[in-house]
Amino acid sequence: MIPLITGQVVAFWIFAPLSVAGAVGMVVSRKPVHSAISLAGMMVALACLYASLDAPFLFVAQIIVYTGAIMMLFLFTMMIVGVDSTDSLIETIKGQRVAASIFGFVLAVLLILAVGNGVVTGRGGLDVANAGGNVQGLASITFGPYVFAFLLTAALLMVAAVAAIVLAHGEPLGKRETQAERARRKTMEFAEQGKDPGPLPGPGVYARHNSIEYPALLPDGSISEESVSPTLAVRGVAVVENDGLRAAYRAAVTEFIEVQDENTGSDDAPRVADELADPGAIAETYVEQISIEVAGSDSDPAKEQ
Amino acid sequence: MSPNAYLVLSAILFSIGVLGFLIRRNVLIIFMSVELMLNAANLAMVAFSYANGNLLGQVGAFFVMVVAAAEVVIGLAIIMIIFKTRRSASVDDQNQLKH
Repeated sequence: MIPLITGQVVAFWIFAPLSVAGAVGMVVSRKPVHSAISLAGMMVALACLYASLDAPFLFVAQIIVYTGAIMMLFLFTMMIVGVDSTDSLIETIKGQRVAASIFGFVLAVLLILAVGNGVVTGRGGLDVANAGGNVQGLASITFGPYVFAFLLTAALLMVAAVAAIVLAHGEPLGKRETQAERARRKTMEFAEQGKDPGPLPGPGVYARHNSIEYPALLPDGSISEESVSPTLAVRGVAVVENDGLRAAYRAAVTEFIEVQDENTGSDDAPRVADELADPGAIAETYVEQISIEVAGSDSDPAKEQ
Repeated sequence: MSPNAYLVLSAILFSIGVLGFLIRRNVLIIFMSVELMLNAANLAMVAFSYANGNLLGQVGAFFVMVVAAAEVVIGLAIIMIIFKTRRSASVDDQNQLKH
């Protein structure tokens, strides 16, 4: 008895619509990343169709090579070339979009009609060919009659790898500064201009962002201008609302002073509030002052607890 | 199951790839459309392999995958070079040979 609905049919009617949806999504998405994800989904659906067509090796190769390697390469390039770049809707050639849509539709109809007329009546099934194992069968063909083609693809891959390295390689514009030269330059700058010879502060880590465009925070909550690359600063991406970041520091200091006033009977709160309202200049000296006061009144924190 | 259904699916996917290649302006998406067309051809080959009961179609699909990988490496390297010099990923901006 021949079953009417086989597993293959079920797989086809599940994954065929998925692959078409992925392909359409790739074409219509405005953002390149959405397109790439749609295409990756479409490739996974195709891999499942390969599995239903008795091609387990291609099923794995499709996932590893296409969704694993090629799509990730696309995504990496996208990160460099610009994730945000959306297509312009201006037509360079008038009516090109409509003409292309008609052409694509007509092509689909013609291809489907051609397939429908040239009915393929295969006996179907790879049970005989896959008897010794699918991978073994593929290997006996690849390394048998097609071994020369296989060697050619090896040469092709090698040339492609070398070409990619050559294309991606950039010649340095000037001579590279050695460690000794850098040390000498930094010491000279320190002697002449008083510039800090240490390394620049790193970019900041926030609860919501840790990208390099976010500047590092100084102890009082203000931002360190030096921690962001000048290139990013010129482009205007390193904009952080400084006042909001200082709020936590301001609240902490205010609370500290109030507790101190309560304990010692002094009346520093209004003066400190004035200083906090004017951020920047006073902050650094004030941090020192607080630390001295804390050191001077050892018993106070213990008493509070 | 007759391979016709797979061939029709392959034809649809190939046409969508052609459509994307023609109407999109972003060079990366154009490149992805080419990949889509290659995948559609692969599906047709695997379906024929199943119909004919031998593995030659699968070997063909395997070779297509290898060549596609090499093509992607070179193509993306070229795209990156163009982007470095022109700061644009749109094919409409690559018209300097005209003038």
